[in-house]
Amino acid sequence: MSVWVVADHRKGALRKPAYEALSEGRRLADQLGTTMEAVIAGHNVEGLCQEIGSYGADKIYLIEHELLSYYNPPAYARAVGDLIKEKQPQILLMGGTMTGRDLMPRIAARVGAGLAPDCIQLEIVDGKLKALRPAIAGKVRVEIGFKSDMQMAILRPNVFEKLEPDTSKAADIEKITFEPTDLDKRQKLVDFVSKETGRPELTEAEIIVSGGRGMKAPENFTIIEELADLLGAAVGASRAAVDAGWRPQSDQVGQTGKTVTPNLYVAVGISGAIQHLAGMSSSKHIVAINKDPDAPIFNVADFGVVGDLFKVVPPLTEKVKQIKAQEG
Amino acid sequence: MNVVVFCKSVPDTETRVRLKDNRLDKSEIKYILNPYDEYAVEEAVRMKEAGKAEEIVAVSMGPERAREALRSALAIGADRGILIKDDALDGSDTYTTAKVLVKALEKNGVDYGMLLFGQQAIDGDTWQVPGQVAEMLGLPQAGSILKLEVDPNGGKAVANRMVEGGEEIHEMNLPCVVTCRKGLNEPRYPSLPNIMKAKRKPIQDYSVADLGLSPEEVGRGGSFIEVLSYALPPQKEAGKKVEGEPEEVVQALIQYLKDEIKVI
Repeated sequence: MSVWVVADHRKGALRKPAYEALSEGRRLADQLGTTMEAVIAGHNVEGLCQEIGSYGADKIYLIEHELLSYYNPPAYARAVGDLIKEKQPQILLMGGTMTGRDLMPRIAARVGAGLAPDCIQLEIVDGKLKALRPAIAGKVRVEIGFKSDMQMAILRPNVFEKLEPDTSKAADIEKITFEPTDLDKRQKLVDFVSKETGRPELTEAEIIVSGGRGMKAPENFTIIEELADLLGAAVGASRAAVDAGWRPQSDQVGQTGKTVTPNLYVAVGISGAIQHLAGMSSSKHIVAINKDPDAPIFNVADFGVVGDLFKVVPPLTEKVKQIKAQEG
Repeated sequence: MNVVVFCKSVPDTETRVRLKDNRLDKSEIKYILNPYDEYAVEEAVRMKEAGKAEEIVAVSMGPERAREALRSALAIGADRGILIKDDALDGSDTYTTAKVLVKALEKNGVDYGMLLFGQQAIDGDTWQVPGQVAEMLGLPQAGSILKLEVDPNGGKAVANRMVEGGEEIHEMNLPCVVTCRKGLNEPRYPSLPNIMKAKRKPIQDYSVADLGLSPEEVGRGGSFIEVLSYALPPQKEAGKKVEGEPEEVVQALIQYLKDEIKVI
């Protein structure tokens, strides 16, 4: 009756939400007095096992095959699903990456277990998992209980604490063989078009600087980018800025974009329509810069600046630059 | 090739959520077709307009109001609807919902080449039903797509998934499942004549018994997940708000970032 974590990885490295899931898995396992075990599926990923072990996994199931080089939903679901059907862990966790959100439902259907997505808090009550998650665009919080023996949950990125790794720890590794089926071959990842900006991914960023309609023109986003790069932040955008064609769809924060939970969210020239708030209102700290004192964004802001962003943001960036330079 | 589009009736985005007796108070909620499903319906209609799809079947599971969501899909251009409606379905989790949808496809005998979903419903926000249907039917799937090219004669579809840092291009054999999101297309507003026409398009109703399921297999009793309670999110304390000369407000903001939350 152990706690299992699916370790998500890309380009030879574990994903940030995977560290968070491993850390939370360790915590829950300790609470239950059981082992934390990880499963990793891929190709040439054995090198990641050492690190998974340092995050507290007692055991790692390693499933390697060329067909698992890239994300393949039916193959991954079968590889992981059939293993957990056999081993029957009590709890299965995964970080809420785009792979996690896509794969876990398939696994849940395959093994016949309850799955709580986008969880922001997990606890053990009477020996069973209880999950807390937002719904209806963050307007309500739902407490989820499980009736199935196996309890599955997807963790919202950036919410759960990541443990300090202990490199003295090593996990036992068990290799699991994988034989492709006809279904696995009916789907293939044929290409990956990189849109890397060198900045962190929105859903995983510690700090996000976002711009909205108030930016007035696409070229003005350089103001946002300069501040973001100084802070090591991701760049986001409101729906208005995306619909105007100023920013790509992948930058959109809000109901039809991404839900983010950074430590700091800086909303620049964003009025704070309910669609936008749905995607960012659970950020730990919110700063808003807007010239309209009645803009709804100020209702959720911890620190609001009423003023012209073009007069406030450049000197702010300058000041941050000075401070960073002093720190060396 | 026929195409199935799944539709959900959800509370309008602007809805204020109220709780009553530890449940959602649904009395004043206005319901709409889930916005993500609009992308799915639109994509199906474009496939039909391009001669790549023949019949478009819109399927919904939900109470009577889900009929309106289906009518919205029919007004955009779906040809007929299937409504699975039964009091016994109340409280179904995503697994049970997927099971019921699969049964409805079987019962209706629709010979589909593609199943289209919205990436998520804006009420539950689970993103789970499409993948669960795909797994139950043993089909390939591409979630959260920004682009779709279908070759019904070649029996293939190519879809671009929006993921962190880029797009995964998946090639799938038909039939397959895709989930649609913003960026895929711009859903049209139905014209008045099409709204009128939608009222005359057929909607087939199914009960749980029609699908050969017992009431115990669905709804709250047949689900793996149960909602224990609802709560409103914690209220935030009112924040600080400054106004004045740029130098002053920047100084105050720097102090907040440096001393209070320590990010610089």
